[in-house]
Amino acid sequence: MIELQEIERDFQVGDETVHALSQVDLQIPDGDYISVMGPSGSGKSTLLNVLGLLDRPSSGSYLLDGIETTEQREEQRAALRRERIGFVFQAFHLVPRLSAADNIGLPMMLAGIAPKQRERRVQQVLQSLDLQDRAQHRPDQLSGGQRQRVAIGRAIIMQPGLLLADEPTGNLDEHSGLEVINLLEKLNAEGITLMVVTHDPDIGGRAKRRIRMHDGRIQVDART
Amino acid sequence: MLLAMSIGVASVVLLTALGDGARRYVVDEFAQLGTDLLIMMPGRNETTGGAPPMFGETPRDLTLQDALALQRHPSIQSIAPISVGTAPVSSGAREREVTIIGSTDQFFPIRRVLVGSGSPLPPGEAERANNLVVLGHKLRRELFGSERVLGRWVRINDRRFRVIGVLGNTGQSLGQDLGDMAIIPVASAQQLFDTPSLFRVLIQARSKEDLKSAEKGAREIIRKRHDGEDDVTIIAQDALLETFDGILRALTYTVAGIAAISLAVAGILIMNVMLVAVSQRVPEIGLLKALGASETQVLRVFLVESVLLAGSGAFLGLLLAGIGLWVMGQMFPDFPLGAPLWSLMAAVAVALLIGLIFGVLPARRAARLDPVQALNRR
Repeated sequence: MIELQEIERDFQVGDETVHALSQVDLQIPDGDYISVMGPSGSGKSTLLNVLGLLDRPSSGSYLLDGIETTEQREEQRAALRRERIGFVFQAFHLVPRLSAADNIGLPMMLAGIAPKQRERRVQQVLQSLDLQDRAQHRPDQLSGGQRQRVAIGRAIIMQPGLLLADEPTGNLDEHSGLEVINLLEKLNAEGITLMVVTHDPDIGGRAKRRIRMHDGRIQVDART
Repeated sequence: MLLAMSIGVASVVLLTALGDGARRYVVDEFAQLGTDLLIMMPGRNETTGGAPPMFGETPRDLTLQDALALQRHPSIQSIAPISVGTAPVSSGAREREVTIIGSTDQFFPIRRVLVGSGSPLPPGEAERANNLVVLGHKLRRELFGSERVLGRWVRINDRRFRVIGVLGNTGQSLGQDLGDMAIIPVASAQQLFDTPSLFRVLIQARSKEDLKSAEKGAREIIRKRHDGEDDVTIIAQDALLETFDGILRALTYTVAGIAAISLAVAGILIMNVMLVAVSQRVPEIGLLKALGASETQVLRVFLVESVLLAGSGAFLGLLLAGIGLWVMGQMFPDFPLGAPLWSLMAAVAVALLIGLIFGVLPARRAARLDPVQALNRR
């Protein structure tokens, strides 16, 4: 459960103050599937970063599963990110030196989980992503769709409640893009809360709940 | 960078090895003479620790009788009067100008000089000018080649001496080449050089504990014999040794300190390498933070990396120092080289510490990166 109340996020650009987010109120129940659309600079990515605890709002309140995050110290926010939030990026952001399996296991390593347990969990995830035969390949030996699937594997390895995807299909062709979206939707069906930021109206239209942003404000919040 | 670190470590180790080697060399040389040894020389030397006067401008000579009188003191085990000069030594047509030492049979045990073949000077009356000589091994070779020498005669100045022994090949003692000298009875030497005065008297105390009373007693005896005048200088081997030891130790530390500065330079290089590494890996650091790495974790990763860098540099440095020591050992086999353990450990510890200290700045920069901006930087 996520509750945003009167979230503001201001950036200082030169002498000007840019309101990347203003007066954002949002409630997201567990298991929701939301798409966020809007023109460039409308605050989509900022909203995603605030939700992902990568960015701190200038003011307002953000309750994640009942925890007030805005007052937490960086260490605690890092722990929350690790345990409860998964990220999928447009540019995949895989570590090029590590194999697919090691990339997927990275968050568990950061959490200090024993290698044996890690190994078992990574195998599970690889299986569910149908990537077993690619486990020892490095990112540059994988196709774009495979890379994004590895990135999704990394995002869900810690079994987070919230999965945030920033233009997950932006660097993919239509076919692999669809594959990735199907995978995300399958995860959502299994109970994870999914938020997808996208430019693509076809992809945005698939979500149960569609948010349209403009100038840092939520303009439309529609549900089917 | 690794090179700088390893050169730094290597120079610390090598320089301390050299300094410590020099110290040990001097200490060993003195220890060869025995640490319960006193050296008496004619003339009063007021300054302590300074160079003793080589040839005393004495009001009164230190005579053989003075030296023999010392033997009666209970704390003194034995004495060896020494008279020194140079004279030509010849056998047939071959002649060599060498150092002639006039002494007694006690000279051999006190100076720890070994006789290789034949016998040392016979014990007995020191005042008898017997015409006997013990040759250094080098002198023997030069005068006689490989012929038998025991019982043969050599000429020193205008007098003939019978060869009764040859010194063993024990190398050097206090920088003096024992191979290149001849030892004759002290009375003969005094006649040869026409002087009643002795150059030195070596006094062997009964034990280390007796050293003080031996010194006092010796001074007392000489004062009595010299009409109440205290006109000899007595140096304890020990005091001299300690002074040298202290000086050379201080020198070693200084040199090691200077070498340690090069370690600091290496540290700055490490810092630069790490700063470059951080800026190259900004997106990766952003990713790690997005995946839930805390600031402490990122900090630790980079600190460990710079310590590892410094550590491998230090390891290379130790290898380099080992090679250097080996090469120097080959070049100067007599010199007791060998890096003391403390310098090895200190060099490595300082290297690691420097890696840590100079790693802090880049590591903190990495830890403080804003994940959003870091991720978007390409």
